[in-house]
Parts: sequence; C-alpha cells; structure tokens
Amino acid sequence: MPHRTFFWFILPTALAMILFIGLPIVSSFFQSLHIENEQVLMEVENCDPFGCTTNVRVDVEATEKIEAENPLGRFNGFGTYTDRNHLAFDEIREAWDNKTSIGEFKDTVLNLPFYKALLFTLTFCFAVTPPVIVLGFIVALSVNTLAKKLKGFIVFGTILPMIVTPLIGSLVLFWMIDSQGIIGASIQILFDDPNLSLKASSNLTWITLIIYGIWHNTPFAFVVFYAALQTVPQDPLEAAFIDGASRFERVRFIVIPHLYPVATFIMLICLMDNFRVFEPIIGFSAEGVAQSLSWMIYQDLRNENKMLFGSAGATSMLTILGIAFLLTPVLIRTWKEFKTER
Amino acid sequence: MNQTINKYSKQIIIVNSIFILFWLTISIFPFIWTLWGSFKVKADFFSRADWTYALSGFNTLIETGATTTIKAYLESWTEGEFGRATMNTMIVTVSVVSISLFLGTLGAYALSRSTFKYTFYILIIALVFRAMPHITLVSGYLFPFFQLNIWGILPTTIIVLVAINQPFTLWLLYSFFKTVPKELDESALIDGCSYFQAFRYIIMPVMWPGVVTAGLFSMMLAYNDFTVTALLLNQHNYTMVPKINAYLGTVEYGGNYMWAVSSVVSATAPLFMIIWFFQRQLISGLTAGAVKG
Repeated sequence: MPHRTFFWFILPTALAMILFIGLPIVSSFFQSLHIENEQVLMEVENCDPFGCTTNVRVDVEATEKIEAENPLGRFNGFGTYTDRNHLAFDEIREAWDNKTSIGEFKDTVLNLPFYKALLFTLTFCFAVTPPVIVLGFIVALSVNTLAKKLKGFIVFGTILPMIVTPLIGSLVLFWMIDSQGIIGASIQILFDDPNLSLKASSNLTWITLIIYGIWHNTPFAFVVFYAALQTVPQDPLEAAFIDGASRFERVRFIVIPHLYPVATFIMLICLMDNFRVFEPIIGFSAEGVAQSLSWMIYQDLRNENKMLFGSAGATSMLTILGIAFLLTPVLIRTWKEFKTER
Repeated sequence: MNQTINKYSKQIIIVNSIFILFWLTISIFPFIWTLWGSFKVKADFFSRADWTYALSGFNTLIETGATTTIKAYLESWTEGEFGRATMNTMIVTVSVVSISLFLGTLGAYALSRSTFKYTFYILIIALVFRAMPHITLVSGYLFPFFQLNIWGILPTTIIVLVAINQPFTLWLLYSFFKTVPKELDESALIDGCSYFQAFRYIIMPVMWPGVVTAGLFSMMLAYNDFTVTALLLNQHNYTMVPKINAYLGTVEYGGNYMWAVSSVVSATAPLFMIIWFFQRQLISGLTAGAVKG
C-alpha cells in the first residue's frame, strides 16, 4: 500500500490515540512539575471600641487573580515527586538516621502513603496471578472433558465474573461477605464471634480483596487455556497412551509444556491489569486499610477543596514507570514474534 | 484409538462434575443472590439478626405486606433518576461502538495491508498505549478539559472512550484482517478499484465476524466504564456505573443501599443477555492474540 493511502486510512485512529492517549501523558507530566498556587495572605486591622487587633486572612481577590493568571499553579520542578506523599526522600533519610532496628525503619517507610499504596498494589498483583493461572488451567481441563451439549451453558456461567465491571463485581461479593450479608453473618455464627467482620482487621480486608481478584480474573485465564487446549496435538498423546502413561502423566509431560507460552501470556496480562487495581477498593469500601496507586490518583482528583493536579500527575508518572517495567517482557516477546513472521 | 484416550473412568467423571458444580456456584451464585435480594427490603437483605430473613422476606412482609417488593426498582428509576443514567449509558455505548469500529477497521485494514516497517512501530505504540492505566490518562484530561470548558458533557466522554479503546480494537481487527487473503483485494485493485472501494466492497463483507467481536469488546468497555465516566461527567450526566456508586455514599441519596442493589440488577441483566447471544465471538476475540504463541 502506498504511503499516501496508508496515511489517510490510519489518520483518524492515529489522531484519536495521539490526542487522547499520547497528549494526556505529556499533560500529566507537565502538571506534575507544578504545584497549587499559594493563597495570598494579608493582615487586616480590625478596630472596635476596645482597641485594634490585626488578623491574618486570605486575600480572596488577589488569590483569584493569581489563580486566573496561572491556573496550573506555580512551577515546582520535581518537588512534588520527592515530597511526603510520593517518594518521600527526606522522610526516608530521617527514618534511616533515627532507626533503632531495621524492622522499625521498614514500618516507618511502609506507613508513608506512596510506599503503602505500592506495597498493596504489588501484593495484590503477585498474590492474585499464580492462583488465577492454576485455577484457570484446572477449570479449563475439566470443562474440556464435558459433553458438548453442556459446554455452552457452563462456559457462559464461568465467564460471568469477568464480564461485569470490577465495581459491580466487588459490590455483589461485598454484599454477601459484609457482616450483615449471608456469608459474613454465617461466619460470625460459625466462629461465635459477633465482632468478626471484614473491616475488623486489615489482613482480612486484604485477603478478601485478593479473593475477589482471583474470582474476577480466573475466567480470563480459563478462556485462554480452554482455547489453547483445543490446539494440543493428538499424536504425542496417543503415543504416550500406548507407552502406558497415566492420565496425570500425559497432562504433566505433554499438555503443560505445550501450554507454557500461553501461561506466560496470561501471567503478563494479569500482572499488567492488576497493577491498576482500584475499583474493588471502592466496592469493598476498603479505603481505610488498602490503598493502591490508582486509588491515590483518584483521591487527588476527587479532593473536596481543590483538585490536586500536581500530586495526581506525579503519582501517574510513577505508575506509568511501574507499568513500563512490567511491560518490557511483553514488548520483547511481540518484537520477536513480529520478526519471525516476516 | 481416539475413543480409548478420551474415555474417562467413573471416578474422574464424578470428581469432575463435583468440581464444575462447585465452580459454577462460586461464579453464578453471587449474581442470583443479588437478583433475589433486590426484591426484598434492606432489613432482610442485610439482616444482622438472621440471614434466613433474606429467604423468607420476614421484614419485607412487615414493611410492604408481601414477601417480595419492587419498591427499590420503582424508587431508583423515578426518584433516583436511574432511567436517565440508562439513557446516557445507551447513548455512550452506541456512539462508542460505532465510532471505534469505523476508525478501527480503517486503521487496521491499512496496517494489515502495508508492507512498510512503520506499521510495526505503530502496533508497538498501540500496545504501550493499551497498557496505560485509565486513571493516569484521566488525570491528564481534567485540567485541559476544564480550561476548554468541555468537562462534564457526554460527547467528550464518548471521544475519550473511543480513543482509549482504539489500541485494543486495532490489534484485534489487525489479527482478523491478516486472516483475509491478500489476493482478494489485490484482484479488485487490478480490476480498477481504489483502495477504499476494495476495502468497502470486497473486504468488509467477509469481515463481519471480526467486526462483531471488536464491537462486543468496545461495548463492554463503554458499558462497564467507571474510571472515565465518574471523573469526566457531571452528576447530571452520569452513566449507570457511576450512578450506582453515587447511590452508595453520597448525602444526596442518603446512602440508599437497596437502590444500588436493584440498579446493579438493572445494569447487569442486559449485559448478560447480550453476552449469552455473542458468547462465541467474545471467546474468539479473547484468544485471538494468545494462542498463536
């Protein structure tokens, strides 16, 4: 296809992507270099019959004027990146100097907002992915053995958790697990502890969120494994059968090696998608004990008084760095695949 | 031979059936439970005293005079303005699906037919864009949108969702176009068609399965989106998902839980029906890029 024709065909979609994906990233970066304007303070002298007092108050007019001139705020360089709510270099240095033990230092660091969120995000990613792959594989194997007539309905039932949006999915589970819901109440009766509830401890909340993550992500792994199972070659399976391999041995030595590349694909997609975990935290009302990087950005943008564009931008940039780190293997794989295709 | 290999012993069949039943319960039961509970009052669905109230409708009987009630549905659709949210969702979904398919088919066709190296770089960039968390993009939109005074309205959200959706649509349609033999449009070109005519009259008619699959994914994205719609729309223009979130916490609706429960049912039912019809296409799309490797 000549360059000219190609250009006109690709123009609309390229324009959409550049304007609404490329530029926002640049805009986010730009915002992260700025910080909100300071309020202009002025001293006012209040005189009444008992004498004069001077108060400091916000000069609304002057503040608004600055705001109108500089809506983005003042330039702050990389200041926002290193402040307490982000990488917190000063706080970490201080904690390191004053530490009495490594454990204490670790606690201090993990209580800083950014590191707390990073810890949860990574824990979520790496706790959810392995069970998803194992469960997805088992479900795919067992659906594959079913009669054809049943398959349609069972596949539909299995993929439901993936189809609903994470917010609705987590709400539906939350309403059951909540201390007043069916599962929550039953557990309270079972352990005879009326105070046992999801919100009782942060560990329980984290576990619930991870269980939700597994519930939501397994269908995806199942579908991909299920399709891949159809491509397993029959000849080696037959040969192994003749040589007396048991069913388990056939799965272990023929099917699993054949599915390795598919499993890596699922793992990478899962890690990437779970790195943005955010809606379940809202669905489970778990903001108090579990914050993720995406949730931090949402919170900055939802700030009641003033949207903290600078802070949200800085967290966004750091999140993108994390994604880039996770994405590298996918890119390398795609690169190789494309090279061999040519 | 094949018969003997695929013959299963009785134990395996039993273990397998139990596992599948267990699995189906986990994945379906929460939805059935929510559907059932949406016809009860709050005191039953969230019963501290006794969870069997949710089954028998003990408090529902006291409050409304019957064991099931559609009060939550009536109230959320009238007072809660859920109808308006449904309308918004429909506008957003239909527009996003049609626009992204239009842009996506054009772009993916060009990518699959060009032999130059830059197609590869475009696809790689699209892959990187696909990985961007939506919330980081939203944090980039808000400030410029406020300045341009286009925040809060549906058209902005539609364009943003189309753009966010493009990378995936491009990749999916690209892999579908690759399966259509080149000779088809080449012969059309020799016969004197322009590239656009070859695309429109020769390739599109055989591409319907791919287009349906891509449309399905666009639909799910637009229908399910929370991040973009919650932050880019004003309360008045909310689609269904942010509306449900609004029922839960804000002062305006007094945290009316049962509205949220009934709205969850209203929002998921149409989605499940569509997926039931298009299951095949959905699965073929999910596996398009995966199984080759």
